[in-house]
Amino acid sequence: MSRLKVRVWRGSGEGRFESFEVPRHASQTVLDVVTYIQRVLDPTLAYRFACRVGMCGSCAMTVNGIPRWTCRTHVDVALKDRGELAIAPLRNLPVIRDLVTDMTAFFDKWAQAKGGFQGSRTRREPFHAIAPEKESRKRIDAAIECIGCAVCYSACDVVARNPGYLGPAALNRAWTLVNDERDAARAERLRAVAGDAGCHACHTHVSCTERCPKQLSPTAAIAGLKRETARAALRGEL
Amino acid sequence: MSAPQGSVRQQTLLWVAQRASAAVLALCVAVHLATLIYAVRGGLSAAEILARTHANVVWLVFYTVFVLAAAVHVPIGLRPVLAEWAGWRGRSSDAALLGFAMLITWMGLRAVAAVFA
Repeated sequence: MSRLKVRVWRGSGEGRFESFEVPRHASQTVLDVVTYIQRVLDPTLAYRFACRVGMCGSCAMTVNGIPRWTCRTHVDVALKDRGELAIAPLRNLPVIRDLVTDMTAFFDKWAQAKGGFQGSRTRREPFHAIAPEKESRKRIDAAIECIGCAVCYSACDVVARNPGYLGPAALNRAWTLVNDERDAARAERLRAVAGDAGCHACHTHVSCTERCPKQLSPTAAIAGLKRETARAALRGEL
Repeated sequence: MSAPQGSVRQQTLLWVAQRASAAVLALCVAVHLATLIYAVRGGLSAAEILARTHANVVWLVFYTVFVLAAAVHVPIGLRPVLAEWAGWRGRSSDAALLGFAMLITWMGLRAVAAVFA
């Protein structure tokens, strides 16, 4: 059986890479590799995962320099032409230990971007029906499948340079709500996502869209927010 | 968090001004380059070009618009560069950029006046 050389980040801010060798299998995922190391070679290795099928967004890591969901990333793909894997925690988030990051800032920014739906009807009123073919509904469909894995946040150079920036995921979430005609907090949300810490800080590098494992386009969502906030600003509504 | 730099509305309007001035500049740069290439291929000397721009109100208006668009566009573009690369944010940065905008306007309009007069 062939062996795979793996370097894994250990420690937190003061950490370093540690080398391991794991058995190589067909269709092996990067998460399989990390799990093997933790279960067989070094039980002290800290990492995070839950569903293993690309739904929960817990297992994102930096694999050979690229932020990826490790449960759905085959070792073959991550290796490309390189002989070994280097597995590190996500960039742009503080490292708690080994491969585990502190995602508090990432989720706090969802709240800052008014990422929570705010309805205006009570349970005693009828449902607010939205036709599936409606354009605003289609824009929501295109952006709604985010699993909150923070791969986009880790890939974004603006987040790295401008720590206050809300980031692609929070802005993408806000975009789905801006297009939701049932939502009652539109003006407040547009104010929350505009300006130097919001959508206008985006340089359209498109790294988020390139790396998103769900093939969403936060870049398009942010462009939409730029248009909507500009309209609101020109009307004096921002 | 970065220091507050004006209201969110002002920051959004800066972005609008950046986009609008970019549209004007796209046209101005195209006309400027096309004219430049045309004039040089025709073998005109500097004196002959100046003779054509002298007292010509069309070129006066065109280059005044060009200068004003550049004076709006450039400082707004430099603003995030200063913030992200030099960590310079806040009122002092905005004041310096306003000064830079005025410098570009003054130098540009001086050059426009020189080819018109």
